[in-house]
Amino acid sequence: MLKILYRLFGVFKKKDNLKIGFYGPPNAGKTSLANLLCKDWTGEELGSVSEVPHETRHVQFKEKVEIEHKGKKMVLKIVDTPGIATKIDYEDFLGYGIAKQDAKKRAKEATQGIIEAIKWLDDMDAVVIVLDSSENPYSQVNLTIIGNLLARKIPVLVVANKIDLRKSNVKKMEAAFPEYPVVGISARKATNMNEFYDALFKLTKRV
Amino acid sequence: MRVKKNNKLKGLSIHIMPYSEIRELTITERVKKILNLILGNRVVILQGRLRPEEEIRLIEDTMAMVDHIKTFKGIELAVVDSNKEEGFFLKMRRGIARGLTGESGSLTVIGPANVVKEIKKDPSKIEVFF
Repeated sequence: MLKILYRLFGVFKKKDNLKIGFYGPPNAGKTSLANLLCKDWTGEELGSVSEVPHETRHVQFKEKVEIEHKGKKMVLKIVDTPGIATKIDYEDFLGYGIAKQDAKKRAKEATQGIIEAIKWLDDMDAVVIVLDSSENPYSQVNLTIIGNLLARKIPVLVVANKIDLRKSNVKKMEAAFPEYPVVGISARKATNMNEFYDALFKLTKRV
Repeated sequence: MRVKKNNKLKGLSIHIMPYSEIRELTITERVKKILNLILGNRVVILQGRLRPEEEIRLIEDTMAMVDHIKTFKGIELAVVDSNKEEGFFLKMRRGIARGLTGESGSLTVIGPANVVKEIKKDPSKIEVFF
């Protein structure tokens, strides 16, 4: 209810510490990007990253991240969420050399993490959807997340991550989500971050 | 359904669900009905599409079940749209506006992840791998 009132009287809303959620499928680079921002502007990273899917299994956040770009400032609460998936199989983790018991524990935590990420959706002021630009953008999980943000009228920025990979295709991402701004970056190599910050400032203006 | 040694499927069970079957149900009842069929190892082909909040609830409840049922690994989900020319956002907006998504001309395929290996999707086609 408060959220609706805030939206109705948006002009009076204090735009400091806006909650920006990082959403997307597993292994798209949400935590890598969140780490890059937090490290640059607070000196501390947010969470660990790994090639094993579902490394982030709890919502993690950093308050009061003050970002300065081209003479403008804003303060954000960065909310990094577990990757959303429709299936979790502990056997998938065994291939990465994880012991069976640990893989089962990881799978259990991952399912709970997905539920937690979904519950946080309602609480976001704006969302950065992080996708792997070398993967097919038309997965139902991506469309379901975007559909829910559209229904909730939450502003969205699509980040096409991993542009350093040979199979990366930012144009395909733009074609899949023509109504949203799409920025191609590499969080791992910190490529195109100027364009990302331009888009992030524009995103917060739409809140 | 059983898988023979040569990996060919035997007795794949598909449930065709007209939208009228879930029209009068609440979101909780709809998701429960679909998940009950999936837990019975059936692939559900639903006339129309679920609303975004129903899709996300389906994922949420699926995860709760994966957590509690040892052999259940989750679902594969995809929506096939009849009108390729109309963009995703227009369809989604119309769906949200109408609140009744059974008349959208779409088909939704939902299957248990251990039966449906993968649903590959792009705007013009869909491939289901068993």
